[in-house]
Amino acid sequence: MKNPLQVVINGIVRENPVLHMALGLCPALAVTTAAENGFWMGLAVIFVLTCSNIIVSLIRNVVPSKVRIPCFIVIIATFVTIVDLVMHAYVPEMYSILGIFIPLIVVNCVIMARAESFASRNSVFLAIADGIGSGTGFMLALIALGAIRELLGTGNIVVNGVPLLGAAGLGFEPAVVMILPPGAFITLGLMIGLVNVLQSRAKQRRVA
Amino acid sequence: MNFVAILIGGILVNNLVFSRFLGLCPFVGVSKRVETATGMSMAVVFVMVVASAVTWVIHHAILVPLGLGYLQTVAFILVIASLVQFVEMVMMKISPGLYQALGIYLPLITTNCAVLGVAILAIRTNYTFVETVVSAIAGSAGFGLAVILFAGIRERWEITPIPKALEGFPAALIGTGLMSLAFFGFQGLFKALF
Repeated sequence: MKNPLQVVINGIVRENPVLHMALGLCPALAVTTAAENGFWMGLAVIFVLTCSNIIVSLIRNVVPSKVRIPCFIVIIATFVTIVDLVMHAYVPEMYSILGIFIPLIVVNCVIMARAESFASRNSVFLAIADGIGSGTGFMLALIALGAIRELLGTGNIVVNGVPLLGAAGLGFEPAVVMILPPGAFITLGLMIGLVNVLQSRAKQRRVA
Repeated sequence: MNFVAILIGGILVNNLVFSRFLGLCPFVGVSKRVETATGMSMAVVFVMVVASAVTWVIHHAILVPLGLGYLQTVAFILVIASLVQFVEMVMMKISPGLYQALGIYLPLITTNCAVLGVAILAIRTNYTFVETVVSAIAGSAGFGLAVILFAGIRERWEITPIPKALEGFPAALIGTGLMSLAFFGFQGLFKALF
């Protein structure tokens, strides 16, 4: 019997969807021009992932395995529609920034991957833990990526309209390329490289 | 004039992969060899054009008149998923050669966010039917161009020494970043032309 807490931590650290499994890259790169965007995108994904995990886990013994993928798609699309409508109503500014990447959560491979590889094989409680864990892992990766890009690309990090580093910011000429698409690819590439280095160091230490 | 703008914009300036971040999973997944990249691009062109045309008709003929606009996401993904299945079956019957060439890529396309993305973008920018089809041709051609070019680069760097931590996926991302930087040059061209 797996421990739910362990499942949550596993989703954040050891099986981080973005940094380890390289899943859900399109939204991860597209919306992270600022840390705050990463937070909202992550929140939307946590909701959809947890809810779809719950339903997928509940119906896992009812649905024949041949039609499971279309079922997953309908379940996920339903929750994405809920998020789409709620965000449109309550956070319209963020909704227009995230743009088509809200409806595109449907084809976010993180959600399909967790439904297929975890929720359809485990009990509801573990599925909830996995949804929260993997979703949080996704969100933290997006916030980190967004923070790095925003800091280097604009010289400051703005949360809720308040610049975190004071009005002056870092005080250097910001590298605009970082908030443009090339900066996204290169930053994420280096972040995954860094995670690989840390991982191999940790492995060596365990052996030694 | 407008169509030319959509075509050039879609292929070079707003390239799906390099500037819109759509279809990254298949982009990284099939860009290891030029052959597979070409096969995947063909399949994407085919599915994206058909899917955009069909979803446009569904949106304007069924969802809007009935006031069901909020069902867009659910309807579109179902249409695309069943369309891919349908195309696969038709192709198997009518043209086995083409099926052999594209067959393995077709199921993968259902979860290609570029197909759904282009369909939704066309609706959101209020394109007419013809503009939608042109934008789908441009988008998929841009995807094909990106993935085939990148496959060429990756075939070359298989024999280059790369730091161990960056091997494989991270290196692919950084390479994509540099290509995207190169594609930025086209923005000037677009401004000069239109």
